[in-house]
Amino acid sequence: MSAAPAYSEDKGGSSSLGEPEYGHDPASGRIFSSDYKRHDDLKEMLDTNKDSLKLEAMKRIVAMIARGKNASDLFPAVVKNVACKNIEVKKLVYVYLVRYAEEQQDLALLSISTFQRGLKDPNQLIRASALRVLSSIRVPIIVPIMMLAIKEAASDMSPYVRKTAAHAIPKLYSLDSDQKDQLIEVIEKLLADKTTLVAGSVVMAFEEVCPERIDLIHKNYRKLCNLLIDVEEWGQVVIINMLTRYARTQFLSPNKNESLLEENPEKAFYGSEEDESKGSGPGLEEAAAPLAARRPYIMDPDHRLLLRNTKPLLQSRSAAVVMAVAQLYFHLAPKAEVGVIAKALVRLLRSHSEVQYVVLQNVATMSIKRRGMFEPYLKSFYIRSTDPTQIKILKLEVLTNLANETNIPTVLREFQTYIRSMDKDFVAATIQAIGRCATNIGRVRDTCLNGLVQLLSNRDELVVAESVVVIKKLLQMQPSQHGEIIKHLAKLTDNIQVPMARASILWLIGEYCEHVPRIAPDVLRKMAKSFTAEEDIVKLQVINLAAKLYLTNSKQTKLLTQYVLSLAKYDQNYDIRDRARFTRQLIVPSEQGGTLSRHAKKLFLAPKPAPVLESSFKDRDHFQLGSLSHLLNAKATGYQELPDWPEEAPDPSVRNVEVPEWTKCSNREKRKEKEKPFYSDSEGESGPTESADSDPESVSESESKSSNESGSGTSSDEDEDEDESDEQEADEKKKGRRGGQEASRDSGESDQSEEEQKKVKRKKKAHERKETSESSEEEGSASDSSSSESESASESEEEEEEDQTEPDTWRRKTPPSSKIIPKPKEISLLDLEDFTPPSIQPVSPPRVVSNSLVTDLEGLTLTDSSLAPSNPWHLVIQLQPPWASTSLTPPRQPPSSYALKLDSSMSPSSHQWGS
Amino acid sequence: MIHSLFLINCSGDIFLEKHWKSVVSQSVCDYFFEAQEKAADVENVPPVISTPHHYLISIYRDKLFFVSVIQTEVPPLFVIEFLHRVADTFQDYFGECSEAAIKDNVVIVYELLEEMLDNGFPLATESNILKELIKPPTILRSVVNSITGSSNVGDTLPTGQLSNIPWRRAGVKYTNNEAYFDVIEEIDAIIDKSGSTVFAEIQGVIDACIKLSGMPDLSLSFMNPRLLDDVSFHPCIRFKRWESERVLSFIPPDGNFRLISYRVSSQNLVAIPVYVKHNISFKENSSCGRFDITIGPKQNMGKTIEGITVTVHMPKVVLNMNLTPTQGSYTFDPVTKMLTWDIGKITPQKLPSLKGLVNLQSGAPKPEENPSLNIQFKIQQLAISGLKVNRLDMYGEKYKPFKGVKYITKAGKFQVRT
Repeated sequence: MSAAPAYSEDKGGSSSLGEPEYGHDPASGRIFSSDYKRHDDLKEMLDTNKDSLKLEAMKRIVAMIARGKNASDLFPAVVKNVACKNIEVKKLVYVYLVRYAEEQQDLALLSISTFQRGLKDPNQLIRASALRVLSSIRVPIIVPIMMLAIKEAASDMSPYVRKTAAHAIPKLYSLDSDQKDQLIEVIEKLLADKTTLVAGSVVMAFEEVCPERIDLIHKNYRKLCNLLIDVEEWGQVVIINMLTRYARTQFLSPNKNESLLEENPEKAFYGSEEDESKGSGPGLEEAAAPLAARRPYIMDPDHRLLLRNTKPLLQSRSAAVVMAVAQLYFHLAPKAEVGVIAKALVRLLRSHSEVQYVVLQNVATMSIKRRGMFEPYLKSFYIRSTDPTQIKILKLEVLTNLANETNIPTVLREFQTYIRSMDKDFVAATIQAIGRCATNIGRVRDTCLNGLVQLLSNRDELVVAESVVVIKKLLQMQPSQHGEIIKHLAKLTDNIQVPMARASILWLIGEYCEHVPRIAPDVLRKMAKSFTAEEDIVKLQVINLAAKLYLTNSKQTKLLTQYVLSLAKYDQNYDIRDRARFTRQLIVPSEQGGTLSRHAKKLFLAPKPAPVLESSFKDRDHFQLGSLSHLLNAKATGYQELPDWPEEAPDPSVRNVEVPEWTKCSNREKRKEKEKPFYSDSEGESGPTESADSDPESVSESESKSSNESGSGTSSDEDEDEDESDEQEADEKKKGRRGGQEASRDSGESDQSEEEQKKVKRKKKAHERKETSESSEEEGSASDSSSSESESASESEEEEEEDQTEPDTWRRKTPPSSKIIPKPKEISLLDLEDFTPPSIQPVSPPRVVSNSLVTDLEGLTLTDSSLAPSNPWHLVIQLQPPWASTSLTPPRQPPSSYALKLDSSMSPSSHQWGS
Repeated sequence: MIHSLFLINCSGDIFLEKHWKSVVSQSVCDYFFEAQEKAADVENVPPVISTPHHYLISIYRDKLFFVSVIQTEVPPLFVIEFLHRVADTFQDYFGECSEAAIKDNVVIVYELLEEMLDNGFPLATESNILKELIKPPTILRSVVNSITGSSNVGDTLPTGQLSNIPWRRAGVKYTNNEAYFDVIEEIDAIIDKSGSTVFAEIQGVIDACIKLSGMPDLSLSFMNPRLLDDVSFHPCIRFKRWESERVLSFIPPDGNFRLISYRVSSQNLVAIPVYVKHNISFKENSSCGRFDITIGPKQNMGKTIEGITVTVHMPKVVLNMNLTPTQGSYTFDPVTKMLTWDIGKITPQKLPSLKGLVNLQSGAPKPEENPSLNIQFKIQQLAISGLKVNRLDMYGEKYKPFKGVKYITKAGKFQVRT
């Protein structure tokens, strides 16, 4: 084996020189003949009957290909072995074929029959690999054969072969785009496939062949959403990206009304979050309830389905999947729910530096739009001296975007350490960042300016130059107070050599020459002396300065100005010559009256608006986040524009599929029954819990406030609790219950019958609850304080009661994934349903609800759900001393003191509702 | 999607190329070399480069560049993630991901790449599946193959491909059934000049080494699962069980894999196990400076801290350093300006220190910033967050497996600013 590279190295370039002539060229005959012999030797090996020799020869050839050497002259010898029995030889022959078939089309045809035979093989691996190779050899003549093979494979028994067929579609399409219509038919067929194996590949094919045929997705939308969690990672990324686009065309914007009604929804939202994390969380609900009442927006259940089913994927190990979900939430979720993605994105910052690079680019864009989302993670963006420069600069960008009135002191303190870094590019970027903070946050402008002025005495010229440029921009905002700084800058002209900085200083002096009436002419004198040696941008500014001074102080500077202008007149650069001519005409009145020169002062010394220092990531979000185009900030080939939300939602019934329609109804039925007590159990992965683990006291009101400040990191997570619509609860509960049962079965702690009894009891309760909830709904969607209060009280009672009876953790939240398993027959190992004995499947009578009623109820419950108290269960958990939780089984009977505490912690919330 | 892949070593040789669609000429890499030159440092080569006809997405791993050629829009992370998966697979197959290993096994590498991508779209990336399709090279197998003429390539479809657990191969058999879990926590911290913590958090992973026969169904529970703030899972973990019961329930892949990685919430105060006293100063207008650091244990939970190394990237003007360590040994590389002090264990009785003089380039201005210290250490048998595995249960198989859990705490990106 080790001989192979050496060998191929020897033959190297010579083989590429065109083999047929070797005999005719006497000069190089010897070299070529030896070369020819070598190939002969390989050919001989390939012609023998011994598999081991063939294999050896093929290995050498593949090694040549791997090094990028040309081995195309061996084609006839290799192609003969395509029918070889030895599977490894065969595979290597395939590798060779795929590489060279395009160049030797006629000879490649010899192999076709073998593949056609392979397509009929009983072994699915052979069928699949035959199709793979057949579709990979780019020979246009065989397009019809390929088409036929793909069509056949698309209805193969084996999902693996069907997957291969899906892969073959884009190959054929790139070979012959005329086949599009037929291929779309195949895609349509494969889209209906119910296996996870095929899903990712066919969506990939869809994206490459017919991304505009969004109508093909309708019928498969729900299935794709439900399958998503079981699809392999690569498929998930593709599907999520496609569904993002789909959702943008089919659903209404969840934020549309919000932006109309509230000028600054973000602020309101994050403000209210503070009190929400107290454990009872009325703050947000209070804010949300009237909001919800004001706007009749109802999220399409399918929209919700997508959001719910993608959310668990935020915890995927694959950075690509996390990013895909993050962009989906960013583009599709209601503002209040977008926060969940921050934590996952911050997690990716621990990954490889390339991943960091891409993630930070996206975070930079997001943080402009949704600053609040990342604020709790500010410190995760602090910079280490070991970070690569490109990462440092991106982190700096994010830090700058996140800076606001409250955190600016800490941010600036960080910046101070960065300024002394050894990495000069980074220091320059930091100075820019300080400048941006200073413009955005008026309070610290003076501090920043002082800091920057101090930097002017820095030893490094780049640092000084950068500071000058930034100071110039800052001074424009309030020039009157800063005569001193301008004087200081004027002195620097002797030392600073960086053209941009010199130009900036000159501009400043010219612009504010009234503030420095004495120094300005002197600077001009010096500059006139060195005019010829300056860079172009500096020369232009010297002309500007001269003109401005001439207009304000012509007595002292007339001669200097004339001198400068005549120097400029003969400059090499035509820009400067032009400018000089132009300026002269403007400021020196000529014979023809010179209407312009009368207004020269207005022209030159017009008050100019201060520049706005903006992030380079502003407005990048019109590209789909996470895409290549977004990263490059330019449209990449094949980029699919993310459409705007439609004004009117297209007909949602197109997504209805015959069978699941029934399940959907009944499902909603179930949901109605059980939703009330459980909503706040959803999600909140650890939002309320983490502080809980560490210190149980945080339940009590007084402490929680202080702990909240530090604990705001989690709150973004929590908020979605409230906004998660009720849809989830029903099946979550269902799942949760099953999970609980499963656990109990596993641990063998409680026997089945007992469990079932309880179940019946619980169901009764659920019915009662449903009634209460419905009655309250009838009263109106506006938050009726009294009813909700009483409800919450009864709920907590119930929950406590159940705590005592329930041995298990059924009530803890379950993932929102895969609500409906379209066909119960399909048992996935990831699904807990297969653990549940069929006898205890929760049954509920299907009720036919009219569509309008359903949506009405949906809307009502949306409002209602936001009145949820946050999870009392967590409180119980919190109160357990950590050492008590030796296993995951919660205490059967929470001690009465705990219950008491529970009550007291609940009371403030109900009180607030009343107010 | 992914059009071609080029592997490039540090000296800029393209030593392997693979094309999944039409052949792309090697010359496309010139754009990459250009960017590399501009970046000066390997770390600063932009991962995504746009060229007139292609886009190049590259990663840098183990002194090798994996440069992929893209023609149309694709999420960059998708490609980056895949390239890392390729590098992981090489690591897994050959024990290291180096130029020599890849060159020695070029045929296997080629077969792997062929299986991993089809027409540029990932096909089989799970190591368990790949290992069934293409057996990793071992000395024994190559001997057997040469005698019997059997091959390294499997001829049946790996069962995992079709099932719902694509990560596990079928028919696993061991005489000793073992399951080991390593709970590894890393402390990321930035300590400022005065010794106070600017930022600290704990990042942990649980790496598993599972050698169990058949189809075991494991569930791993923690004493204090609520410590885990943000968790990412191997696809084998049943997400719903975790959400409902905080139990990790899974059918494991065979062999080594990363079960979860997690972050411990930043609210929990992170115990910083070491402190550093430092006094680094450079005198104005003289060619020397003083350097003095001492390291001591802080909150180490009664465990010894070992494997301590301090690396310092000194400013450019530093010519040489004359230091005396009270413990361990130090090296200073005058070219890269890296000072490395290998300390070993800390004994509280006598704190290790490193003192001495720094020679500066004469005439050059004194450096403005003191260098920051990067510290590495290890604490065995301790998970600094306090995370504890409660129990591991196995269902689905009859035998009694041997189970083991190991805890270890390490310094992650642990930086002390001076």
